[in-house]
Amino acid sequence: MKDALHNFFLSMLSCGRDLLPIILVIGFFQIVVIQQPIENFMEMIVGTFFVVLGLTFFLIGLEMGLFPVGESMANALARKGSVFWLIAFSFALGFGTTVAEPTLIAIADEAAHVAAEGGMIDNTEVRKNSYSNGLRYTVAFSVGLAIVIGVLRILRGWPIHLMIAGGYVVVVIMTGFAPKEIIGIAYDSGGVTTSTVTVPLVTALGIGLASAIRGRNPMLDGFGLIAFASLTPIIFVMAYGIAVT
Amino acid sequence: MSLLSSFLEIFLDTFWDVLPIALIIVFFQLAVIRRKLPDAHRVIIGFFYVLLGMTLFLIGLEKALFPVGRLMAEQLTNPELIRKGQAMFGAVSEDGVFDWRAYYWVYIFAFTIGASTTIAEPALIAVAGKANQISGGTISGWGLRIAVAFGVAVGITLGCYRIVTGAPVHYFIIVGYMLVVLQTFRAPKSIIPLAYDSGGVTTSTVTVPLVAALGLGLAESVPGRDPMIDGFGLIAFASLFPIASVLAYAQITEYLAHRKEKKSLE
Repeated sequence: MKDALHNFFLSMLSCGRDLLPIILVIGFFQIVVIQQPIENFMEMIVGTFFVVLGLTFFLIGLEMGLFPVGESMANALARKGSVFWLIAFSFALGFGTTVAEPTLIAIADEAAHVAAEGGMIDNTEVRKNSYSNGLRYTVAFSVGLAIVIGVLRILRGWPIHLMIAGGYVVVVIMTGFAPKEIIGIAYDSGGVTTSTVTVPLVTALGIGLASAIRGRNPMLDGFGLIAFASLTPIIFVMAYGIAVT
Repeated sequence: MSLLSSFLEIFLDTFWDVLPIALIIVFFQLAVIRRKLPDAHRVIIGFFYVLLGMTLFLIGLEKALFPVGRLMAEQLTNPELIRKGQAMFGAVSEDGVFDWRAYYWVYIFAFTIGASTTIAEPALIAVAGKANQISGGTISGWGLRIAVAFGVAVGITLGCYRIVTGAPVHYFIIVGYMLVVLQTFRAPKSIIPLAYDSGGVTTSTVTVPLVAALGLGLAESVPGRDPMIDGFGLIAFASLFPIASVLAYAQITEYLAHRKEKKSLE
């Protein structure tokens, strides 16, 4: 019990340390450049504390539950040799982790809010919810697909740079057809998807796979899954934008 | 009281968000791998912590990270501050429209927040360590971290410049992609997957909402901008430019190593 508490405080300290540069930079600008009183100052302090506490629980929970199980499963499936189950798992992993990504939840809600204010969708709670859920499931689906493509690449040894370059060409073409209200969000969704939950599990899958297949270098082939996961959401969110409007 | 009810509401929402991944794991464990969950008790507590953590984080996000990002954008674009910037560059303002240079504090803020949050990012430190291993020491961990932090800082700064001027986001992104593709064909092969990954990895859970709010806030306060069209895109800039800077870093180190070799041969 005492050990657990000790661990908890250590994690909390490291989360606090992640926030420290932000607090320092904002503090500097507030004191030296802006020099204005801040409204709701107390609420922001409480909120910051919630962020630290929340991230701490989140990371401890991931390390206790999701990461060891996910990693051992990724390894087991990579070695099992059944391509069908491997592909099914890859898709499920990409989809499941992205749906649960907290930053994506926040950004999708914000996007729905902005879209409602701007008159792109009706300004009702129901419509906003369905728009933000639509965005999230679109992104989750495309991350699932990206992991499948990335896994196939590792299995077959396709050259990564040609695929990425091809993906960029598709992005450029899609940009020409997408409504301009969606373009910014679409580009952003590529970077948003790949944070806390997705990256460790997906990297584990890639490295496990590359070390299970003979003739593959885990360092060279294991990475690169994330790159696909940042590319496909751009394409599919633009498609979603075309479909919605 | 309202805090408690919003806590419960978000907790419930989060439960539905985490449920798919829990179901996926149970299904694959039981149906495909056919083994019992090792340490099931611990895993269940872990999931509960994840739920609790996400709920607290999302509340904190609404109360702190989003408002702070917006506030900074609002205050840094405060007309008084901008007028000072305007005076410094001696440019003439035509009824309320300022020269883009008058927003120089916005760019300085964007650069510092991008660089400082990235250089200390744990995911990046881990990636940098691995890169050092693969390259057999030619790519130093610190060099890579500085390259990525520089890329993120430049990305966010350029993104803010774009919001201020209102230039279309895709021009910048497409040019950035072309640069990356060109670099890809010339850069050392071993760095390529890592460089692509470093773009996605560096934008962390804390930075993303803050930067997104900064962009939306800027689009709201700079005259003539529409949040829906101009507000998004900063994160895309922050994920694209590190790829270019990491590739450039690898190209430079390779070039220097080549030259050194040549010299020692002579």
